[in-house]
Amino acid sequence: MSTGTVPKPIAGTSSFLDDRLGAGNFLKRNLRKVFPDHWSFLLGEIALYSFIILLLTGTFLTFFFKPSMGHVVYEGSYEPLKDVTMSEAYASSLHISFDVRGGLLMRQMHHWAALLFVAGMMVHALRVFFTGAYRKPRELNWLIGVGLLTLALLEGLTGYSLPDDLLSGAGLRITEGVAISLPLVGTWITFFLFGGEYPGEDVISRFYSLHILLIPGILLALISAHMVLMWVQKHTQMPGKGRTNTNVVGAPFYPAFMAKAGAYFMFTFGVIALLGTFAQINPIWLFGPYTPADISAGSQPDFYMGFLEGSLRLMPAWEINVLGFTLPLSVLIPALVPMGIIMTGLALYPFIEQWVTGDRSEHHVAERPRNNPHRTSIGMSAITFYGVLWLLGANDEISSFFHVSLNWTTYVGRVLVFVGPLVAYIVTYRICLGLQRADAAVIGHGVESGVIKRLPHGEYIEVHVPPNEAIEAHVRGKTPVPMIAGTDADSDGIPPKGMRGPLGKLRAKMSKAYGGEKIALDDGHGHGDEHGEHAEVGPGKDDKSLTH
Amino acid sequence: MTDTNHDIEQPDGRVPRRVIGTPSPATGTSLLGTDEHHAEGVADVPGVIPQNEQTARKGERVAALCFTVTFLAAVAFVVSYVAFQVGDVETTQVSTLALGGSLTLALLALAAGIVVWVRMVMPKYNLVQERHPMASGPEAREYVAETFLQGAAESGITKRPLLRRTLLLAAAPLGVLPLVLLRDLGPRYSDFPSKLRHTVWGEKTKDGKNRRLVVEGTGAPIRAADFNSPGGILSVVPEGYEHDLNALAKATLILIKFRPEEIKSGTNKNWTHDGIVAYSKICTHVGCPAALYEQTTHHILCPCHQSTFDAADGAKVIFGPAARPLPQLPIAVDNEGYLVATADFAVPPGPSFWERGDAEAEVRENGGHA
Repeated sequence: MSTGTVPKPIAGTSSFLDDRLGAGNFLKRNLRKVFPDHWSFLLGEIALYSFIILLLTGTFLTFFFKPSMGHVVYEGSYEPLKDVTMSEAYASSLHISFDVRGGLLMRQMHHWAALLFVAGMMVHALRVFFTGAYRKPRELNWLIGVGLLTLALLEGLTGYSLPDDLLSGAGLRITEGVAISLPLVGTWITFFLFGGEYPGEDVISRFYSLHILLIPGILLALISAHMVLMWVQKHTQMPGKGRTNTNVVGAPFYPAFMAKAGAYFMFTFGVIALLGTFAQINPIWLFGPYTPADISAGSQPDFYMGFLEGSLRLMPAWEINVLGFTLPLSVLIPALVPMGIIMTGLALYPFIEQWVTGDRSEHHVAERPRNNPHRTSIGMSAITFYGVLWLLGANDEISSFFHVSLNWTTYVGRVLVFVGPLVAYIVTYRICLGLQRADAAVIGHGVESGVIKRLPHGEYIEVHVPPNEAIEAHVRGKTPVPMIAGTDADSDGIPPKGMRGPLGKLRAKMSKAYGGEKIALDDGHGHGDEHGEHAEVGPGKDDKSLTH
Repeated sequence: MTDTNHDIEQPDGRVPRRVIGTPSPATGTSLLGTDEHHAEGVADVPGVIPQNEQTARKGERVAALCFTVTFLAAVAFVVSYVAFQVGDVETTQVSTLALGGSLTLALLALAAGIVVWVRMVMPKYNLVQERHPMASGPEAREYVAETFLQGAAESGITKRPLLRRTLLLAAAPLGVLPLVLLRDLGPRYSDFPSKLRHTVWGEKTKDGKNRRLVVEGTGAPIRAADFNSPGGILSVVPEGYEHDLNALAKATLILIKFRPEEIKSGTNKNWTHDGIVAYSKICTHVGCPAALYEQTTHHILCPCHQSTFDAADGAKVIFGPAARPLPQLPIAVDNEGYLVATADFAVPPGPSFWERGDAEAEVRENGGHA
């Protein structure tokens, strides 16, 4: 290439390293590694960069924070709390906020970065789910992702318990109330966690080592594994012109992707700095030190715990006493079941889908959500289920803001948590089919040009033009959802092997419902031409046999 | 009627509006003639579409401006650190605004500069690379399988069971060691549930008297005659344990004054004094302080999960996830007229736990005594 020679200092260092590491071979293969481009591929990066910012700001905070529940009399510079007895943890959190320059900024950035970290993971997971990017060969990376999300919730919980203010203590108390409700081991777990009775003097230092060492260590290892797998398996790409299951089209790692990633890191960092500067978060000095005797109304956890809070609020007062033992279902069910459904459902989905579709092939082209309507509907139901619980976690705020009865928000929530997902499923399914039909219309009829033409015999028509080739390629990237071939019974009425028995029959039935082409792209073609009556195409007027 | 066969002139914009998820129409097509001036130093490689020199030059200037802003903002950060001290709410606010504002500007300007650099100076890329199946192929698999078996045979682990079994024997207790070490995370005693059944209200004071109720915060004992306006409410803690969080987590009370006729049968009247009733403030759901009281309805409400209790009727649950009433504390007055606890709660206060059992039923059977 005619791009000159490598400058001496760089060449010198590179040879030094290559002589010792053989890095040249790796770089030769990877410097120009191609990364596909799509805005939705950037969502996970928000989480990644937030994690780095969490490590940076968190390290700063550890220089000043004292994870001790020992009592001290506050002598710092925040006047309203002067001479108040409090834990050393709370006193040092106040010290960071008011007596360390940039301390409040770092605290607020740390908290905002934590929110963005979890939010980034959530939307990233949704993107991966709805585009089917978890399919073979990426199931392992998906599982790592589910693990990361779970750990992130735990990391958040241990983190916001540390300052030992009244709000964080309320969270800790609820954690204790949930832990102690566990059958058989509840009291043991609680006494071991708190080193005795609640609150004891141990829990903050224990949470501290979990929060700054153990969990972030595991997170770091899993995030690295997540990145390495992504690198090795190469990123999925959206369907489009020239993109196939056996290639990857996009920009090279060096220099374009590297520079873009750097810019994106800076954007994330900048936005977190912006939030940390201008948007107050967790003003602990207003809450006062923790005491189990007090609480402020409207206490809320961070947003990612909201769904657990909501499910606790929604639950009717069920408690069973058998043989002298107590099973507090009104705590156990809401604390374990929704989380269990969501996390287990996420973890198992790739494998259940494989079982249902019988599809064991590799997939590297992402699916548009409309093109797998059942998956998209399941995802939307899950979002609705989560969303209802999450909203109900703030039912006191809803009640006071909209002036509705608090009890009625709960009653309505109890119904919505079951009905909402069902409605979401049906609505989403219809929308997906509608969008597929619109795609079929674009391929079959072309795109409305807006030009009205009068034919010699007086009829008016709208002229349609073929779609732009990039768009056509994108739409044509659709493939039917795989299904198990030959699930039907043979002429003697005997189903094929593996499809017998109740489970086999269920599988065959699910496969038929889940898989297959609901609306073929060519369905839009030719139909309606002979009648020549209607001047519009698209969803709405197609024949009803296409809907399910 | 729709028609795709009419050859008429189309304005360029006649494509569907871009939908989220569709690639930009320009991707992959070189809009620039090959004989245009390319940015300097870009080799002619397929899939690499250079910027024209004019755009690149403009991009360079904008990016340079952004990077300069970052430099200045970073300097401003250092200056602010020195210039603005902290120490109270106002000065901390100013310092945070100055530090955070300059940091934000520095980071966002740097980000913007790099983006301009990528979009206006670097070429557009449409590179294509092959993907290969993830599986490593039959030869490699076979080789690995053979080598694995061969290595296992060489090591002797397959044909020497004594070696194998003693190794397993050795590993098992080693794996358990960390668990053993964790034993002292919990207290030495193992009779945890009994701790949950008692509060300091059951203990007499050093001089053998019943423990007084004192107001949370001030620590003042409560003279029954002074707490005399119906509808009044106090948050109460045990005397001598005002700052003991472990004690407070079980023993904090909510004290309510009723007109005697307001008290219903659910409340044990023997445990009240002159219309004054004491309930545990610790919610029986997950332990938040049930701190809100509505005077007109006598409802006690826990702000965490909205369990609602009827204070006039034995604090029975009337709404929310709590399954049990707030336990009532037997109170009386001492010879100086101050409110005291005459005994501990009859049932364990606070959230339910496995070993708790139906303590309320036991109390009913024993005629009101634990």
